[in-house]
Amino acid sequence: MPTVTEILETMDYGPAPEASGEVTAWLKARGQFGHFIDGAFTKPGKGFASANPANGEVLAKVSQGTQKDVEAAVKAARAALPGWSKLAGHERAKWLYAIARHIQKRERFLAVLEVMDNGKPIREARDIDVPLVARHFYHHAGWAEMLEDEFPGARPVGVCGQIIPWNFPLLMLAWKIAPAIAAGNTVVLKPAEYTPLTALAFAEICAEIGLPKGVVNIVTGDGETGAALVGSDADKIAFTGSTEVGRAIRKATAGTGKKLTLELGGKSPFIVFADADLDAAVEGVVDAIWFNQGQVCCAGSRILVQEGIAATFQSRLKARLSKLRVGDPLDKSTDVGAIVDPVQLTRIRDLVAKGEAEGAVLHQAEAQLPAKGCFFAPGFMTNVQPANIVSEVEIFGPVATLTTFRTPAEAVELANNSRYGLAASIWSENVNLTLDIAAKVKAGVVWVNSTNIFDAGAGFGGYRESGFGREGGREGMREYLSSPVVKAKPEAEAPDLSAAPVPGAPSKGPAPIDRTAKMYIGGAQKRPDSGYSYAVMGKAGEIGLAGLGNRKDIRNAVEAAHKASGWGKATGHNRAQVLYYLAENLSARKAEFTARLKAAGVAKAADEVATSIRRAFYYAAQADKFDGAVHSTKSAHVTLAMPEPFGVMGVACPNDAPLLGFLSLILPAIAMGNRVVAIPSASMPLAATDLYQVFDTSDLPGGVVNIVTGAKDELAKTLAGHDDVAAMWYCGGPDGARMTEAESSGNLKVTWTFANRDWHGSDGQGRDFLLRATQVKNIWVPYGE
Amino acid sequence: MSQSAAPALSNTDRNPGMPLRIDWFDQIAVNTQAAERRAATLTTRRTVKKEWQAAWLVNAIRCIDLTTLAGDDTEDRVRRLCAKAVRPLADHIMAGLGLEHLTTGAVCVYPTMVAAAVRAVAGTGIPVASVATGFPAGLMPLDLRLAEIRYAVDQGAEEIDIVITRAHVLDGNWTALYDEVAAMREACGAAHMKAILATGDLQTLRNVYKASMVAMQAGSDFIKTSTGKEGVNATLPVSLIMVRALRDYMDRTGHRVGFKPAGGMKTAKDAIAWQILMKEEMGNDWLRPHLFRLGASSMLGDIERQLEHHITGRYSASSRHALA
Repeated sequence: MPTVTEILETMDYGPAPEASGEVTAWLKARGQFGHFIDGAFTKPGKGFASANPANGEVLAKVSQGTQKDVEAAVKAARAALPGWSKLAGHERAKWLYAIARHIQKRERFLAVLEVMDNGKPIREARDIDVPLVARHFYHHAGWAEMLEDEFPGARPVGVCGQIIPWNFPLLMLAWKIAPAIAAGNTVVLKPAEYTPLTALAFAEICAEIGLPKGVVNIVTGDGETGAALVGSDADKIAFTGSTEVGRAIRKATAGTGKKLTLELGGKSPFIVFADADLDAAVEGVVDAIWFNQGQVCCAGSRILVQEGIAATFQSRLKARLSKLRVGDPLDKSTDVGAIVDPVQLTRIRDLVAKGEAEGAVLHQAEAQLPAKGCFFAPGFMTNVQPANIVSEVEIFGPVATLTTFRTPAEAVELANNSRYGLAASIWSENVNLTLDIAAKVKAGVVWVNSTNIFDAGAGFGGYRESGFGREGGREGMREYLSSPVVKAKPEAEAPDLSAAPVPGAPSKGPAPIDRTAKMYIGGAQKRPDSGYSYAVMGKAGEIGLAGLGNRKDIRNAVEAAHKASGWGKATGHNRAQVLYYLAENLSARKAEFTARLKAAGVAKAADEVATSIRRAFYYAAQADKFDGAVHSTKSAHVTLAMPEPFGVMGVACPNDAPLLGFLSLILPAIAMGNRVVAIPSASMPLAATDLYQVFDTSDLPGGVVNIVTGAKDELAKTLAGHDDVAAMWYCGGPDGARMTEAESSGNLKVTWTFANRDWHGSDGQGRDFLLRATQVKNIWVPYGE
Repeated sequence: MSQSAAPALSNTDRNPGMPLRIDWFDQIAVNTQAAERRAATLTTRRTVKKEWQAAWLVNAIRCIDLTTLAGDDTEDRVRRLCAKAVRPLADHIMAGLGLEHLTTGAVCVYPTMVAAAVRAVAGTGIPVASVATGFPAGLMPLDLRLAEIRYAVDQGAEEIDIVITRAHVLDGNWTALYDEVAAMREACGAAHMKAILATGDLQTLRNVYKASMVAMQAGSDFIKTSTGKEGVNATLPVSLIMVRALRDYMDRTGHRVGFKPAGGMKTAKDAIAWQILMKEEMGNDWLRPHLFRLGASSMLGDIERQLEHHITGRYSASSRHALA
């Protein structure tokens, strides 16, 4: 040890190791772990070692969860469900409160264990992860208490299978378990194979406080165990991890009726404008990509800097980089710890090498890396273009890319030039600019002049291929609740649509002028691409012809819908005006529509038209009233939860109720600012195609509603698989639902599949439709001068 | 040890100042929330333990401007302060730390106390700093303020801690501020000048940055946070912004300006915190007394107790240590 006199010369920090004796003793006493099922640990089975990535030392042996283990865990959760879900909210609140208290009592133990298993610096585990874990359980104890008041009629989903990643092991556990059990669900959670230990320590807390057995079950294992859980008869799967695995889970759960939420990858933009506080933004980079070794799904990994300040920003970033301390994660003065596993280290190295091969210049901290362990010196890359692989692919390591932009519009263009949409960070002292950009970026979480700020009271989750569903706050609770059951109503399937000419008897009397319904695309009537039409049969034979749509019609309709982007920016009031006008015009043609429905054999034709008009009034009323919230999070932060339209939605309408079913789905969608490509009832498309003139006279901008007639499932398949469609509603049978969900995995669009219902009653309209027509963007705006 | 415990000479390469350049600061962006976040994590990202902690506390002592600025100051009280500056640690602590020689960076007193202080520290190499210019409010006619500087220098002060007219900052009257500080710098002559910005009165971090930049352009050798008499004195966010201003000034001019937080810092923990700030934002040169001073009085007592604990392993009591 150097003397005081020597240190006075160097003024070094010196070592400051956090003690790990308690954790080492705990690990030694346990040795190997079984699963935590039905309130007790199972006998350890065949398994694998969990190692400390900072030094390679084995910490413990954990069991590889088998199909049987998963089944046993799900069974235990199923058995616990009735009791747990029937407990009064207050009773469940007390259990969550007890968990929160125990986490606080063990805060240092849990932090140190997390550091040893994961490699993150003790500062982060101690000051960020563990406090947020406790906060999450406290917050959700509150939701349990208020459940009946705040979500009247809602029920728990059931047994929730939860699969979490290794980057924030205990925090992700809290994000998953707290809302689930607060809502009355029971859970089977699988921690990541690299980092199972804090979940097992958490299981001990559950046992210690006497949480009813089976409410929380923990099964350790790798991806196979996860797959078994996905394939189990759990009622919901919640997954946080890679987009690749998320896609596989989407496919695997398609058509099973399992509720699904996915929190996936990201390549989030970090936008620095010329008028930003550059030092603040530099520090933001430290908290973004150099946080948790860059292993953060929402990390600002694409730094976009306005050209004029790029040189200054870069030199300050380099200066700041030179101050980072990389090394022993247990040292209290470490900024950047160990990468979680050699596999990940190799992946980071490979991607950075690919970037350099494509011309990127790597600027790295000149930190002395420890001789052993998984370490990667943090840095950033310049001379990176959007066409380079490192701009596109998530590196999941402490390396950002730095690219310049010229104007705010270009910043938005670059920011949104990604298949992901998890988060964005915007730096400027101009509040007008920051909020404008916040509105324009496609991201579920936006931080103004800040980054990586989390709170249990705000929703977190992505747009696009970053997944769907939210965790935290009211939005997050909804994901663990089922809406009141809607009674399915059987409907007649459409017959096979024949494009063959039907030789019919010549009509008697003077021939009417022929009306053949075309497609409605971009506000104009378009002939079907196929050049074929099919006969629409009524009570008394053919009542008209409708175009037989194909995939190219869908393509054209989606393109037209994208062009109508002004609709999403219109005020709710403006959209309401259009919807009221639509109701007015429909009302003026009530008799005509009633006759049409009657001719088609619709039973309550007059009522269907009247209800349709009322529905237009209802969604006109909602257009400027269904709005967001300001979440209560941290002091001096405004956290806005804004429902935003998806953009372009696909809607496959019921075959039943050809007018009302159609309008019940497209009205809420467009009221919220979406543009729609709709497939109307195949048996009776004319009720929808007759609306063209109503739309045209109601000032509905072209492209907001696009209608493609034809065979529902064939067209729905193209829509569900279309990567430029952000959400898809499918009303119909289980085969179509499965197909829709499976096809949606391409761009992980949000889907809603459901059976036909009684569209005349209260099931046919309501807030649920609006919730499903929007995604919540949380915008964090810190303030203070 | 001779080098590190040498008398705390002020920075030898003085800041010559430059003509007023308003465009260097009038558009400055300072995000308060971000500054507060950074300040809050400085001390959670870094810590010093054991020998390192002891060394950093010793370093703090050699950077302290040991201060008495009270209405009831007398020459005897000043002599007591000086005695402590000359021998800040008891012999057994010095021996335990392996130190031979240690003094504070300076003593800091009112102008009428300078002569007594100079006599008391004669031969030790410890400079005497004097506040001047109508300290603490500075609301006196300029010629009187300048005369006060000349008086203090004449009495033997080697460092002058001036106060700025806060109104010039609040009104954005940069020319007036510049002219005033430049005149004071001239009045200081060979004495080194520390400009007290009284940041608690300036309120916003943008004001703090702007006032810092004007004070440096006008030739201040140090910029200093507070008189100790404002409602809010030295804070880490304010210090962070002042230090960034002096970094920017150095980047543009090549001149190195010192930093002195003052007021409200009472503990050994504070002493470590501000040193972490200097090391992280500037580097080791700003851990030396020629570029860094801590304006404090009671902080030394707490440091002494911590150092004695370091030596003995027992928690210490104030009564065991000589009063300042």
